[in-house]
Amino acid sequence: MLKLLGQRLVLGFLTLLVVSVLIFAVTEWLPGDLAVNILGQSATPENVAAIRAELGLDRPAHERYVEWLRDAAQGDLGTSLANKRPVVDVIGPRLWNTLFLAVYAAIIAVPLSVFLGILAAIYRNSIYDKVVNVSTLAAISMPEFFIGYLLILYLAVQFRWFPAIATFKPEQSFTQHLYSTFLPMLTLVLVVIAHMMRMTRTSVLAVMASPYIEMALLKGLPKSRIVVRHALPNALAPIINVIALNLAYLIVGVVVVESVFTYNGLGRLMVDAVSKRDVPVVQACGLIFAIVFIGLNLIADVLSILSNPRLRHPR
Amino acid sequence: MKLFGSRITFVAAIGVLIVLACAGGAVFAPWIAPYDPNLPMGGRWDPPSPEHWLGLDQIGRDMFSRILYGGRISIGLALLATSLAFVVGIIAGFAGAVFGGWIDIALSRIADIILSIPILMSALIIISGFGTSTTVLVLTIGFLYAVLVFRVARAVAMNIAVLDYVEVARLRGEGLMWVILREILPNALPPLAAEFGLRFCFAFLFVAALSFLGLGVQPPEADWGSMVKESALAIPAGIAAPLYPAAAIALMTIGVNLVVDWLLSIYSRPQGENA
Repeated sequence: MLKLLGQRLVLGFLTLLVVSVLIFAVTEWLPGDLAVNILGQSATPENVAAIRAELGLDRPAHERYVEWLRDAAQGDLGTSLANKRPVVDVIGPRLWNTLFLAVYAAIIAVPLSVFLGILAAIYRNSIYDKVVNVSTLAAISMPEFFIGYLLILYLAVQFRWFPAIATFKPEQSFTQHLYSTFLPMLTLVLVVIAHMMRMTRTSVLAVMASPYIEMALLKGLPKSRIVVRHALPNALAPIINVIALNLAYLIVGVVVVESVFTYNGLGRLMVDAVSKRDVPVVQACGLIFAIVFIGLNLIADVLSILSNPRLRHPR
Repeated sequence: MKLFGSRITFVAAIGVLIVLACAGGAVFAPWIAPYDPNLPMGGRWDPPSPEHWLGLDQIGRDMFSRILYGGRISIGLALLATSLAFVVGIIAGFAGAVFGGWIDIALSRIADIILSIPILMSALIIISGFGTSTTVLVLTIGFLYAVLVFRVARAVAMNIAVLDYVEVARLRGEGLMWVILREILPNALPPLAAEFGLRFCFAFLFVAALSFLGLGVQPPEADWGSMVKESALAIPAGIAAPLYPAAAIALMTIGVNLVVDWLLSIYSRPQGENA
């Protein structure tokens, strides 16, 4: 089993390395003359020369890549083109905000959706199951900004229960933090729950179709006991994958939700950097998101290996 | 009523109606739209009235007419991107399945790498390199989704390529193109059709999301996503203006999803994949 885990770890690391090459190539090398691209219409010869010198564009791309990666590994992500501050200082608080929101949403969404998904599997084809099916399908179909603006319009503007703009002030207490980020959290929970419930239901039902479950049924065990004691342990691996996928979404995919609530997270920073063509910030954000995403998938892999008795005790 | 040889369910019929209504509104926009979509004709965010069903937008243009015209761009771009993804993805997927060997391994590894980070991230990185324009938007989404289509097309073709009648055709001495076009493709079409619907949904939401972020369709052109962005300031004032184009997006996606759900149930493909 250790060998299997080691393989996964090496594979994850290699993937990250290749992804870093791609990020660098797409942002700096493929589009042609970066200095002219960044400046757009204000590309005078002096400006172009200044940007070239700043980014060291006169050197070959592979040298710049190795240097960029080495600096990044040491915690130096370069200087933002937009405000001349070190990228690390710009990103730090943003990353913290994004993680805060993601954890907040996950703590509520994960237990709830696994519970509701299992319930839908137990009462398959009941009214509850059908209502769940149609409503989650509708929730998946709605763009995040539709749900977000709908919540703002009713819960923030009309009833004034929650703030519409999720601001973060250092002097706020923890409970105030939770309160001011309630609406973005709720939006994320609604989006994520729909996905997780559907997948949980599907994976439990897939296990429920196997012969040993039929055996348990014929022995006369109550259905809830069969689902929880017999089916769930075997459905755990796919469910863990589903949870990891959605956690990754909560950290990486929240760009739109952060924009709706003008929340100062990493996603919104990246979108701003993309529209301003602030290349060092884009590269840094891309790298961090890639680490988070690949890392979460790796953890999910490891957990599903650990949750599988056949892999835990190899013959 | 029957469609694709199966009885259409009530829910699926509603889906078909929704899709037809949305697509029809977009296609026939010049004949249906009550006003010029680019002509200011009243106050900022005037509420819905009998003359202006969905009110006016941030500079007083008729919201309903703008949504009809915006649908042409939203649906058109999503169709374009999905078609591109399918042409590239199916060619690569079939090549991988039929040739096998190093071609297959190389293509699959490339797909693994590209899909190892979220598609939205890849799109943001590509757009930061190549700038914001409609062409970049379509090419980016088409290219990224081609990777997903590649996986599906490859899996489908793999299953068919080992069937007896394909073997017979090969032994008969038919050429490679004949085998691919006449033996494999026709039998791969039904599952690929469901995949097309699903992919279209995601491409459609993707275009909307990028436009909403200001990285997709640029003014003066407007699709539903950028219309939401442009009128977003109405929300704090308690005006529902951005919700109308957003609702149009949701409606269209729900419609397509209902049809796709039904198609999937016919071909009983495992559900749950949604990237």
